[in-house]
Parts: sequence; C-alpha cells; structure tokens
Amino acid sequence: MEKLAQRAARVRGHVIQMSNSAQTAHLASALSVTDILVASAHSLNLEASLAEVPHRNRLILSKGHAVSALYAILAELDFFPLDWLSQYNQDGGSLPEQPSPRCLPGVELATGSLGHGLPVALGMALGARLSNWSSRYIVVMSDGECQEGSVWEAAMMAPHHGLSSLTAIIDHNKWQATGRTQEITGLEPLASKWRAFGWQTHEVDGHDIGAVLEALDAPQDGPKVIVAHTIKGKGVTFMEDDNNWHYRSPTSEEVGLAFTELGL
Amino acid sequence: MRNAFRDALIDLADKDPKIVLLAADIGNRMFDEFKERFPGRFYNCGVAEQNMTGVAAGLAMTGFRPFTYTITPFVTSRCLEQIRVDLCYHELPVVVVAVGAGYAYASLGATHHACEDISFMRSLPGMQVVCPGDSWEVKAATEWLGRCTGPSYLRLGKKNEPLVHQDIPSSFALGRALVLQPGKTVALLSTGNLLPEAVEAGKRLGEAGISSEVVSFHTVKPLDLEYLSQAFDRFSLVVTLEEHSRIGGLGGAISEWICAQEKYPKARLVSLGTPDAFPHEAGDQHYFREKIGLNGHQIAAHIQTVLGSMGIAGKSEGSCRE
Repeated sequence: MEKLAQRAARVRGHVIQMSNSAQTAHLASALSVTDILVASAHSLNLEASLAEVPHRNRLILSKGHAVSALYAILAELDFFPLDWLSQYNQDGGSLPEQPSPRCLPGVELATGSLGHGLPVALGMALGARLSNWSSRYIVVMSDGECQEGSVWEAAMMAPHHGLSSLTAIIDHNKWQATGRTQEITGLEPLASKWRAFGWQTHEVDGHDIGAVLEALDAPQDGPKVIVAHTIKGKGVTFMEDDNNWHYRSPTSEEVGLAFTELGL
Repeated sequence: MRNAFRDALIDLADKDPKIVLLAADIGNRMFDEFKERFPGRFYNCGVAEQNMTGVAAGLAMTGFRPFTYTITPFVTSRCLEQIRVDLCYHELPVVVVAVGAGYAYASLGATHHACEDISFMRSLPGMQVVCPGDSWEVKAATEWLGRCTGPSYLRLGKKNEPLVHQDIPSSFALGRALVLQPGKTVALLSTGNLLPEAVEAGKRLGEAGISSEVVSFHTVKPLDLEYLSQAFDRFSLVVTLEEHSRIGGLGGAISEWICAQEKYPKARLVSLGTPDAFPHEAGDQHYFREKIGLNGHQIAAHIQTVLGSMGIAGKSEGSCRE
C-alpha cells in the first residue's frame, strides 16, 4: 500500500509539472482522481505487455479532462517512457490535452465529452460476455458528469444484463466547472440513485487507496458503482477544495511549493 | 426495405458470428427470427439511443460488428454526439441503420420525418452514407456494409416500396453510381427511396421525346467522382432527386464538388428535394411528395420547364405540355 501511495504522490508531481509546462487547465480534477486511478490500475493489473490483447482488462477514464493523471500513471507503469510526459499538449505530439483514440498504449477511449465512458464500457462488457472472456472494465467518471442523460441510460441497462465485469467509480469532489455541484443541479443523494437503478453501491474515501481497492475487489453479482468522496485539488493544500484550480495552471514557484508538500 | 434489411442481416449473421444487432424498442416481431437463430446477438436497448450507440462502440472495440437500428431521427440526430465521438472518431465498424427516410413516417409528424439526416451524417469524418433505392439495393448495400472496416450510415425507406430491380443488381458497388437506364440529354441522379419516382420521371420524359439517364446514386459519401466527371461533361442538365432537404443532401454534396472544380462543368445542376421548413399539417408520404413536387410526373414536368428555358426541347414537346 505504501508503494501505491508513493506512486500517487509521483503522479501528482507529474500532473502539476505538466500543467505548468503546458499551461493547461483541469489540474485540480486530475489531483482529485489520482488515487482512484492508481487503485484501479492496480486492481486491474494493467500491464504494458497486454495493451493490445483483446481480452485485457480495461480502465476507461470517462472524465477525459483529467487525463494528465492517466498519462502519468501509464508512464509510471512503463506503458511508455516517463520523459514522454513532457510532450503533453505540445503541437504535433501524441499526448493531447484530452485523449484522442489510442493516442498511447493503455488509453482505451477518446474522452473529453462527458457521458461516453459508461455506455462504451457496457458494450465492452457485453462483448466480453459473448466472447467468454473474464476481463474486467472500470469506468471512472466525474460527479458533474452524472448530469448527462446518457449516464443514466447506461445505468438502466447494465443491471438489466447483470454485468458483473463492469464497475463505475465516481470521483465525487462536489465541484464542477462553474461551482458547487449541489448548487448547480444537485446530484444528492447520489449513492441512493445508483442503488435505486440496481447497482451494487459502495461509498468510500476516494483518497484512501486501500478502501478503494477493498471496494473494487469486493465480490459482485452485477454492475458495481463506487461513490468515491474526494477533494478537488487533493495533495496540495493551497489547491484543495478551491475551484479556481479547475482552470488555473501553477507558476513555477507554486510547482516548487507543491513538490515540497508532496515530499518529492 | 426494412424487411429486406432484416433478411440480408440474417444472411450476414449466419456467415459472420461477429454480427450483432441493437435496436431501440422498435421492430415488434420483425427480429424474432434473428433473435431465435442468434441468441445473445440481439439487444433491445430500450428507448435510449445515446446509450445504444455507445454500447455499439464498446462491442466494436471488443471485436464485434454491430448494427444499430431504429427510426431515423432517433438513430441519427438524437445520438449524433455518440455517432460522432464513439463511432466516427474511433473509426469503428458500426453500421447505423435508419428506417423511415424522408416522409416515410409522414403521418406521425415532423418528429418522425427525416429530411436532414444525410446532411449531418455525411459531414462526419470517415462516415460512409448509403441510401438504397429499393429493397434489392438494400440487400446489396447491407452485404457490402457488413464487410466495411469503418462507420457507415444506411438509410432505409419503410415498407412496401415499389421494386425497381428484379434481383440484386449485379453491378452494385458501394461508391459507384448505378445506371438503370442510359440516356443522352438529362441525367436523373436519385438517392434513396425516391428512386421509383425518378424512374417514373424518366419514363415520362422519354414519352415526351427527351432522352434521360436514370441513375441510382445510392452512395452519397463517398461520391462517385468518375461518374460525375463524365456526366457533367456529357449531359446538358443533371438533376439530383432526394426525399431530403435541398440543404446538405446529394444535391449539396454535388454542388460542393462542382465548386471545387478548376473549370465549371458544361452541364447545369438542378437539385430537387424537400423545402427548408417543417410541415405542420397531417398527411401521408404521397401527399407531401405531391405538395412539394417530388412525384414522378411533377419531376418530369419540372425538368421539361428547365430544359425549355435552356432552349432544349423534346421531339414531341408540343403534345405533352398541358
């Protein structure tokens, strides 16, 4: 577990550096989802050597605006060299600010438009069942994303087919681009909504990697959702729960402060 | 056309175990045989077309060849975002199948009319757009699309349309104009379910002594540029016919092609289609075609007027003008 916590700290360091170098937004969203992605990649045993194997487990980051965290995790897991991260959002490079189709090994879906990951992963889970594969599919969504109707269309269909290879994790940091989610179009009670749709529902601290893993590894008899309570900007005190960091990128001085705090 | 599609899909599914069918609460009993013969390969996704399209993408990403099927507006504009991002951006072999081209569902109101779909589907990168002219062409097109490696759009009429061919046309090929009747003066390029009216117009023009070439221009994207190049050289007038808006359909596509030519071609282009307006009154397909001049006799009369204004007349022009 210590190893995973260290990996998460390094990933935070990468995404902060990437946001500074590329002057990109959505840093706080990437920091919010980091621990969830580290736990998911670990639970799925993501391995570079399996990246093209049809029956591989797949991690689908539906909140594509936080893809810097996914790129950093894939680099940490040797899907590609770490120094490629410096190409993030560079003209002509293969690490767009939001992922394009198969832009890198391990990137399963081009996202950025919200509400796409769950239906596609549902289709993958049906395909796996038809092919008698035992693969697992984890979709990571934002809480604001749950305002998309397509999420709830898929939420209805997945339990109908009893897809126990499918897990959704909601990075529930209670913010969206323009304000508090609950003040814009309220989602609560979020976990109850999923339960009512027929999903096996867990609620965890989304920054407790052990707790996320425990929920991920709990046996399931149908689709599972993990409502992961998180803090937007997690890991850097002056970014935590401050929605300005949805759009801001850090100065070099702020990168230094953040690295000190992360023990990097 | 829908039954021809169903039959062709069953033949395809018989040969290719990767074919799966997704429908959105449509086709009551229509797919019973498919369901029975290919258990697990039919999904009724309910009234949820965005999800259906995303699910099709996921199935394609795990090696399957999905067809999505429902009434045109719901399988196109309702889920255009998913078609664009999930299917086209990812270049997946999914066939979006729309039933009810143009005014085929006229009586159900403009919510069910489909006069804009060619326009937005053909603007999507990588999307092929195929609009068969009768049930035989539907069979041929379905067979072709089942082998394609990227996304496609198949635009069907509804049911009981007149047959134009007697069998699957042997020279049918995606992206190739299909000449039904060769001619000299005017070319009638029809796409989709309006083909029988094009044939009727050709017949009437012939009776009036005007030689017309009747063509099923079933593939709107990619355009058959070889055919267009020689047709615009050879004819005085080229007329596009479609039960679709004059904005962005076959006529629009050919206009774009003409504008991109170094030299303006010899032939004049006239595009006939539906107006830029939603009808509000009740009516069936025949009523709306008649109202906007898309029935065969009206098409022929319109063409005769245009030819007259160009100083071109048929041999027996006097006798056929009313």
